[in-house]
Amino acid sequence: MEELAYLEKTAEEIEKIASNFGLDFFPIRFEICPAEIIYTFGAYGMPTRFSHWTFGKAYHKMKTQYDYNLSRIYELVINTNPCYAFLLEGNSLIQNKLVIAHVYGHSDFFKNNWHFKNTNRQMLETMSVHAQRIDEFSFRYGKEKVEKFLDAVLSIEEHIDPFAEWIKEQKAEKKVKDVMTPYDDLWQEINPIKREKEKEKKPEKDLLGFIGYNGRYLEDWQREIIFMVREEMEYFWPQLKTKIMNEGWAAYWHIRIMRELDLTEVESIEYAKLNAQILHPSRYSINPYLLGLKIFEDIEKRYGREMIFEVREIDSDQSFLRNYLTKELVEELDLYNFQKVGSEWRVTEKAWEKVRDNLVLTLNNCGFPYIEVTDGDYAKNGELYLKHRFEGIELDIYYLEKTLPYVFELWGKPVHLETVVDRKNVLFTYNGEKHQRKLIEKSG
Amino acid sequence: MGNFIISKEDWSLHRKGELDKERHQQKVREAIKKNLPEILSDEAIIMSDGKKIVKVPIRSIEQFRFRYDLNKQKHTGQGSGETKVGDVLGKDGSNAKGDKGKGAGDMPGQDYYEAEVSIDELTEILLEDLELPHLKNKSYDQIKNESYEFRDVRKKGLKGNIDRKKTVYEALKRNLLKNRENLFQISDEDLRYKTWEIVEKPDSNAVVIAMMDSSGSMGPFEKYIARTFFFWLVRILKLKYQNVEIVYLSHHTEAKEVSEKEFFTKGESGGTRCSSVYQLALDIIKHRYNPNLYNLYAFHFSDGDNLSSDNELCLKLVRELLNVCNLVGYGEIEGPYYYTATLKNEYKKINNSNFVMVTIKDKIGVYQALKAFLKKEN
Repeated sequence: MEELAYLEKTAEEIEKIASNFGLDFFPIRFEICPAEIIYTFGAYGMPTRFSHWTFGKAYHKMKTQYDYNLSRIYELVINTNPCYAFLLEGNSLIQNKLVIAHVYGHSDFFKNNWHFKNTNRQMLETMSVHAQRIDEFSFRYGKEKVEKFLDAVLSIEEHIDPFAEWIKEQKAEKKVKDVMTPYDDLWQEINPIKREKEKEKKPEKDLLGFIGYNGRYLEDWQREIIFMVREEMEYFWPQLKTKIMNEGWAAYWHIRIMRELDLTEVESIEYAKLNAQILHPSRYSINPYLLGLKIFEDIEKRYGREMIFEVREIDSDQSFLRNYLTKELVEELDLYNFQKVGSEWRVTEKAWEKVRDNLVLTLNNCGFPYIEVTDGDYAKNGELYLKHRFEGIELDIYYLEKTLPYVFELWGKPVHLETVVDRKNVLFTYNGEKHQRKLIEKSG
Repeated sequence: MGNFIISKEDWSLHRKGELDKERHQQKVREAIKKNLPEILSDEAIIMSDGKKIVKVPIRSIEQFRFRYDLNKQKHTGQGSGETKVGDVLGKDGSNAKGDKGKGAGDMPGQDYYEAEVSIDELTEILLEDLELPHLKNKSYDQIKNESYEFRDVRKKGLKGNIDRKKTVYEALKRNLLKNRENLFQISDEDLRYKTWEIVEKPDSNAVVIAMMDSSGSMGPFEKYIARTFFFWLVRILKLKYQNVEIVYLSHHTEAKEVSEKEFFTKGESGGTRCSSVYQLALDIIKHRYNPNLYNLYAFHFSDGDNLSSDNELCLKLVRELLNVCNLVGYGEIEGPYYYTATLKNEYKKINNSNFVMVTIKDKIGVYQALKAFLKKEN
């Protein structure tokens, strides 16, 4: 209890400093958790999320790394209002100070960055309801069946579009429903919107939503699962889009806040070590804490502090890098592009524009291939035609052929995916039994 | 006062991560079972040399999704200064990310999930469908064998034998009854110990005669296959049966009895006369293992390239072996050279349900051979 009292005093001090710096955050609930719990949350993305073996696998991996002292999550912040922050039990006081300061940075970012404008800030409760529903389904339809269905849904979870047309329609429709009678859904049976939608052949990025909305062979509980997973992804999406900025912003502020604290010499040394760990460069990827921090510091140097607040409000990682990653920064940070040459991973480019452009490119669609539904009634047979919008990087074909059967499972009819392999347009098809691929004419 | 709350809850009942972890591990086990034929003949296992834990590569426990081909993608990284174009960050299979083997192409990619399993665990999975067939109770005077079994749970015992499940259960029960806040406090009175009993089991009296051709024509592949087969056979037998004796016979033109270690490690050269090993087996049976008292099993592995003048004698001796053995197994390993007049052709003349012959063409054949020889009787 003494520890809690001390932490409370620290947090109060930190909150005051953060406010004085102009940070604007949600109320925060700090919780001290044992490692198993914090790693569970890390793997699931949310404490209340539904059960699935893939989360168990992620949890196992993270927890093992922690047990062998290879990595450590000190903190986890949940973007809700109030904001939840989980602190690892056993953190030293100085670790907790840093983490609390860091949390205030995240909370400010979540509250103010434009991309979180529509975020459901009650997601903790929403996901808890989802988890309960899925438990009910498991009970009613069998654990295996639900797990198998989730396997399929999760395989395309990132193929959503928060701005999809049909979402707007659905929302509008819901509004109408709210003002009228509770029997209005009967009209839907007579005049189903989905029939109309199928005729349309406008490319649709929201594969998950499209299937949930138009899939003819889905049972009600399955459709419900699709929309639950979709809603959760919609919640995670802005976080994926702003990871570098968000971590950079939190790092920027924990450094400034820590400077204001009265640290003993021993604490200062421990803090410096910890900070160096967090900001350690990575040879094979980008450390978002470090890159984000350096860019924010550079923006401040060039345009003043007001500007970084503006940037944290309107940018996402892609625009952040495109606009503010300069030649000097690329050189100072020793950033490079590397790729596979023969059996070796080799540094291939150092020119700053190439580095910047590659980062921007790999952040397209949060790093996931951009796939659209171009026809939900292909071959006039209700087959599903998908098209990969090729941006210069080929798909992993082994993965592609392992994923198509999942899509088939959801759609219930043959599934096609058009993409580019060795500069040729290739159509991959899975008909429920076997795979097929063929070259096709360039469609333009 | 700040606009925050700091608290510490009791998370001990939050077990979701652990439960889903178990589900994942169960799936890993299923995948191992499915890939058993490949895993069994994995070099890492046979060469593990006493190491109890091996890493088994398993396919298809990945979470598949549409993703880019990491091998064809340009990645960005950060050096500690002075990185130059052309610097090598890592090699395939080393620490570079995305070292995923084959990418596009007709070969499936090699996304392995590595699971750690013990050889004992693998043997147990194997055992689910295998056993020594035709086992008979051979002991006239009910020769019995003592063995220990943990059967009882008591309040006193040795520290090393604490029964954790029962102990935790007792603690929970006690704490619940006393309405305690902390249900997970274990006190001395909760401790439960596993205690063994001495049980008498009828002895299976099984003897396995492992015979391997070590002649010059047996190349590294053939020897590897034969060793892999016996490696698993020995483990299965040791785990499943009390006191199985194993006799190792190695032969080229002459046969001799060798130690387990020699059998698995030593190579020989020279021509082949398979009859020599059958004759030796028959002699050993005659002098040491009375067929009336023992369940006898004889397995022989060869590439079939025998001295042709010897084949007829082989046939005769195998028939003699069949008179005294519960089962005689012959495994012929088809190497890169093709022999027309192999032993296999000769043995086709044998018409006896206790004779089992298999041909092994590749590593996967080891599992098939084990299944053919040790199939469960219904």
